[in-house]
Amino acid sequence: MMTDHRAQALSPDEMLVVDGVTVRLGGREVLHDVRFSIRPGEFVGLIGSNGAGKTTLLRVILGLLPTAAGQVRVAAAGIGYVPQKIQLDPDVPLRARDLVGLGLDGNRLGIPLPSRSRRKRVDEMLAAVDAAHLAGARVGELSGGEQQRILIAHALISRPGLLLLDEPLANLDIASEQEVVALLARIAREQNISVLISAHDMNPLLPVMDRIVYLAKGRAASGPTEDVVRTEVLSKLYGQHVDVIHVHGRVLVVAGRDDGLNLPEEPAIPAAR
Amino acid sequence: MFSGFMINTWVVATIVAVVAGSVGFFVVLRGSAFVADALPTGAFAGAAGASLIGVNTLVGLGVFSLLGALGIGWLGRRGRHDVAVALALVAMLGLGALFLSFTTEYGPEIESLLFGEVLGISVNEIAPVAALGAVCVLAILVLFRPLMLSSVMPELGEARGVRAHRIETCFLVVLALATSMALPVVGALLIFSLMIGPPAAARSVTARPLLAMGLSVVLALVTVWLAIAVSYQTNWPIGFFVGTIAAVCYAAGRGWTALRSRRLRRSQASTLPPVAPTASAVA
Amino acid sequence: MNGVLAPVIEPGFFSSSPVHVALLVGGVVAVVSGIVGMFTVVRGQSYAGHALADLSVTGGSGSVLIGISPLWGFAGTSVAAAGIMDLIGVQRPRGRDLATGIVRGAGLGLAALLLYWDTTHTSTTGATITILFGSMFTIDPSVIGIVAAFSVAAVGIVAALYRPLLLSSVSSDLAIVRGVRPRLAGALCLIAIALATSLSALTIGAILSTALLVGPAAAALRLTARPGLVLAWSALIGLVATWLGILLAYDSYYWPPKGHGWPVSFFVVFLILIFYLLTQARRGRDARRPTAAAAEG
Repeated sequence: MMTDHRAQALSPDEMLVVDGVTVRLGGREVLHDVRFSIRPGEFVGLIGSNGAGKTTLLRVILGLLPTAAGQVRVAAAGIGYVPQKIQLDPDVPLRARDLVGLGLDGNRLGIPLPSRSRRKRVDEMLAAVDAAHLAGARVGELSGGEQQRILIAHALISRPGLLLLDEPLANLDIASEQEVVALLARIAREQNISVLISAHDMNPLLPVMDRIVYLAKGRAASGPTEDVVRTEVLSKLYGQHVDVIHVHGRVLVVAGRDDGLNLPEEPAIPAAR
Repeated sequence: MFSGFMINTWVVATIVAVVAGSVGFFVVLRGSAFVADALPTGAFAGAAGASLIGVNTLVGLGVFSLLGALGIGWLGRRGRHDVAVALALVAMLGLGALFLSFTTEYGPEIESLLFGEVLGISVNEIAPVAALGAVCVLAILVLFRPLMLSSVMPELGEARGVRAHRIETCFLVVLALATSMALPVVGALLIFSLMIGPPAAARSVTARPLLAMGLSVVLALVTVWLAIAVSYQTNWPIGFFVGTIAAVCYAAGRGWTALRSRRLRRSQASTLPPVAPTASAVA
Repeated sequence: MNGVLAPVIEPGFFSSSPVHVALLVGGVVAVVSGIVGMFTVVRGQSYAGHALADLSVTGGSGSVLIGISPLWGFAGTSVAAAGIMDLIGVQRPRGRDLATGIVRGAGLGLAALLLYWDTTHTSTTGATITILFGSMFTIDPSVIGIVAAFSVAAVGIVAALYRPLLLSSVSSDLAIVRGVRPRLAGALCLIAIALATSLSALTIGAILSTALLVGPAAAALRLTARPGLVLAWSALIGLVATWLGILLAYDSYYWPPKGHGWPVSFFVVFLILIFYLLTQARRGRDARRPTAAAAEG
């Protein structure tokens, strides 16, 4: 079953609903019964280690992968997508402004006629991501961080309701991480866009996350960060004991002693409000 | 079919198939189908030039395919690889056009160089073909491991001192040798079918490198033998049979892969049973 | 002015009718190839372009047997081959080239067979070589109409798919998210390439077909990043190389030893090669834009 974009299935305070999604790839069940929803303007982190299924889930939401069960519903405003990496030859004939412009009309037929309003919108978008000085550069010659900003502009220019980013922090150093997170938070606020950003480390996102979707072993727990990132909850998710440790305001999830599933009582996995 | 002069054909064809199968294994692995196609086509231009000056065709072939290989390497370092191959190819063909313009005989030998000529092998051609063939196979075996490394995991290869450029150049040279020695038998336009179809099928069947290479040699042998036999009986050009059988090999390989992945998916259809509801996600 | 140009342009150039046809058809083909070529190179389909040109030769031979006009044989075969290549081709470039090679091998085997059956026609061998190496000065003026039609079709397809093709060449996912169907766009692009190469293979030979498809576009891509400008430069370089090549080939009749002309293919190919290497030199000299400030990993 493919992504179902029926807007009227959503109530006005839901931007995205992932409803019991199960995904099989190559005969293996990669995601099982994943459920969560995102409201307009929310900043949500999709956290999980490599291989946990984050990219798969994002691709399902985008309609790039079919589900074995369950459904995804997206509001009419649409989704903007920032992939982790794109294959770029230095030769590809696109400048930054061209790529951003394609976010507006990449699916339209015919040769684009020069249009002042289009150019203005592209310039505005580039300025919004602090990339105005890169406008004329070849996309293939930009650094990773610069490319990423161009991709963000590309995704945002069509004014989606939800921005989806696949591991944007993966190859950045700490300073750049903070820059990107700040940029995203600012944009989300200014344009009232929901953001779903996947990462394997939740710490850079802690200051800005409204809620978290934690993915482990193909299963997800979602809710406010402090409710989800707890020893009991994550241990249940992992199916083994893990410890959640807070150190200087940062969170570490580490494998704990292996004493089976003998946890005291079973607190309910927190529900998102 | 097995008498007299035909023996030469069988012998040479066998050598060609062994070389094509082993070199072709890496052609497929490295995605060098275009190169394997372009070198013989360009070398054919050299053969035309050689016949013009009266030099042994094989020499013209060899020189041109070597020049082509080096040209591809040189251009490839300066730009897109497929553009490099295309430009080297048309450069060789342009020269070929020039040579051909000086002679008015578009003799049947030219066509046989393009499409292959079953009966055209004389005894004294066997020795150079065998020698070149041996060199090629030997080179492949010697370079086997660095070739595998740089083809499959170039970064790992670099770490181990396998310089990608050098290996690429070596491989191109071996490819040039292989094509120039195989041209007289199966023709310029179809030697590459032998280097692509059978190895692609072999790779679909097994992922183990030496086994795949061995299988690709076997399939190439079968292809060529079958092509010679049928060509002899029907008098139709051998190139037609090589091209068709190679395509069948490729199709069989793809079919096998598709079948295998479907069987795999079915056997893993029953997967993890759902864990108790408390562990599952809640919206 | 005549005095300056006289040594360069040999007598009779502008009044020769085959030259007119060559300049016209060659020019049109160069421009079309340059435009379609940009997408060919960007999508890494140079091999497919070359294979399709050669395969149209098969169609040419085959159509003679069945009695269809060779023009339709050329076009039909290459479009069909493009369809097959796209169907069986995997999306990864390596797998695609493999499929291209297989189709080409099978197709050329078929060509060999057709030519074998066709040996009742006396000029067969000559025909093969002619088609391979080109026949710029012996183009039949009646094909101009067909050339125009195919040209319009090929350019029309890539012009219509301009934006979807550019986007899907950067990222197939991004294209899908925007509502593009990358596979469909790719298949149509391949058909445009088939049309462009079949008409160029027919008129100016399979060598020039590939050379004009790949070379000028590759050079133009190094000159500028603006897609519109790349198209313009690509067409221009192809056009200049072709016309200059025609001129030189014509002139070469008058070079010693007199009476023998060097082929157009030779000149055009090497002119294109020179252009390509010149752009290489230029690109190498340009310093990379100083934008490396953004930190990376």
